[in-house]
Amino acid sequence: MREELITSGRLNPNVDPYLEIWHWQIPLYLFLGGLAAGILFFASLYVILGKENEYRGAVRRAPIIVPFILAIGLGALFLDLRHKLFFWQLYTTIKLESPMSWGAWTLMAITPISIIWVAIHIQEYFPGWEWKNVILRDLNAFFLKNKVGLAWVTIVLSVILGIYTGILFSAFNARPLWNTSILGPLFLTSGLSAGAAAIILFAQSKKEKVVFAKIDIMLIVIELFLIIHMFMGFRASTQVQIDAADMFLGGAYTAPFWIFVVVLGMIVPAILELMELRHKKIPVYIPVVLVLFGSLMLRFIISYAGQMSRWLY
Amino acid sequence: MRYAMAVDTKKCVGCADCVVACQTENNVPIGYCRDWIVEVTDGTYPQLEIEIRSERCNHCDNSPCVRCCPTGASHYVEGGIVKVTPHECIGCGACITSCPYDARYGHPDGYVDKCTFCDHRIQDGLQPACVSVCPTKCMYFGDLDDANSEVSKVLKKRKFKTLIPQAGTKPQVYYLI
Ligand code: SF4
Ligand code: SF4
Repeated sequence: MREELITSGRLNPNVDPYLEIWHWQIPLYLFLGGLAAGILFFASLYVILGKENEYRGAVRRAPIIVPFILAIGLGALFLDLRHKLFFWQLYTTIKLESPMSWGAWTLMAITPISIIWVAIHIQEYFPGWEWKNVILRDLNAFFLKNKVGLAWVTIVLSVILGIYTGILFSAFNARPLWNTSILGPLFLTSGLSAGAAAIILFAQSKKEKVVFAKIDIMLIVIELFLIIHMFMGFRASTQVQIDAADMFLGGAYTAPFWIFVVVLGMIVPAILELMELRHKKIPVYIPVVLVLFGSLMLRFIISYAGQMSRWLY
Repeated sequence: MRYAMAVDTKKCVGCADCVVACQTENNVPIGYCRDWIVEVTDGTYPQLEIEIRSERCNHCDNSPCVRCCPTGASHYVEGGIVKVTPHECIGCGACITSCPYDARYGHPDGYVDKCTFCDHRIQDGLQPACVSVCPTKCMYFGDLDDANSEVSKVLKKRKFKTLIPQAGTKPQVYYLI
């Protein structure tokens, strides 16, 4: 049989025998970014639709966790940097061709907005709250008056943030598994689904719960469609992408991906949510936790598997 | 000006002198390398063919590593050489992930490092350390825009290939075959 054997004398740490430069920090950061994007998306959506009072959990309650999520995400991103003292160099230029760059800038913009969002709804949690400082009180009044405008800015930024979490990977043609434009919409959908699931925990009425369970089921169906689509694309592509897909279709990542991401993270919670809609008694946090877990695992597996997928030469 | 290198796979014996010369010249930390030897054995036993290559960063014309760098630390300098400015690099690793040849590594000091075509030597009119030390003289370096440079002349005479041209990076290290 004809064979080709490649031996390389290179043994650089974290690069050989296969790339391991991004550890847990990047997938965690992408998951938290997607979750934050999902929550802010629905919060601003219902303000724009003028249905704030019917969806108080989504608009006023759930966003309270967003600044914390973003802070942890930024912390993880910071931990990933190896030349930490120079991190401010990120904010000395805007490089449109670099997803890392515009992702960092999007976060810079969306973090303060998420804090504003919490501040103007603080009475939801502390009913007697009054801003003592005059400037803060004026600012509060200003944002409350222009809430729809604020919601439009937030919704645009949240979509950019959600897509960015996927594009960060798909921009790398050196890693065939990542090099598919499906990753942008897939990670956006996964982030929206995580956001919708998280909102269920904050829902203030039966109706709100039902609506978000339905939204979540719909998003899971879209995700499944995108995943099938992604593998069909790979299978019909070049050898390196066929090899990348094979990691999930019989290779090392088959079991973790299909069990943790697809079955436990999508199909099971979708069935549980459906049963709930049919008035079966299901503890609400079970499907929510499963969706969040699946979303996190999706990032982890795509991140690690992507680094193992490569061009052979 | 367009600097390029040609490596003669028919002459290279894989002695790794170029690897050691680079490590010494550029103070590469122990356990790391900016250039390395690859051996490809191909065929059906007992009819086997061996190709030996000295590899390094290809100083690509269309380099994904420069494109994806969020700070501009990875950049082109004169002659198309791709370099990293340590005090602008945040060590995010995007460029390492973006290189189809895995030519970069994270320096223990935090920033990202790789081959520079020894541009500090070129400025003094010298050849890159690897080229000047090779005992079989299998490497050629020079300006592709100058028809009389060593590298232009050898590429005119000989057949050559580049590594993974289908990745679209337009690599500028040529392998004579
Ligand atoms: S070989 Fe890799 S590091 Fe060198 S220029 Fe090309 S993409 Fe960048
Ligand atoms: S590790 Fe440094 S050189 Fe590489 S992309 Fe990040 S900032 Fe740029």
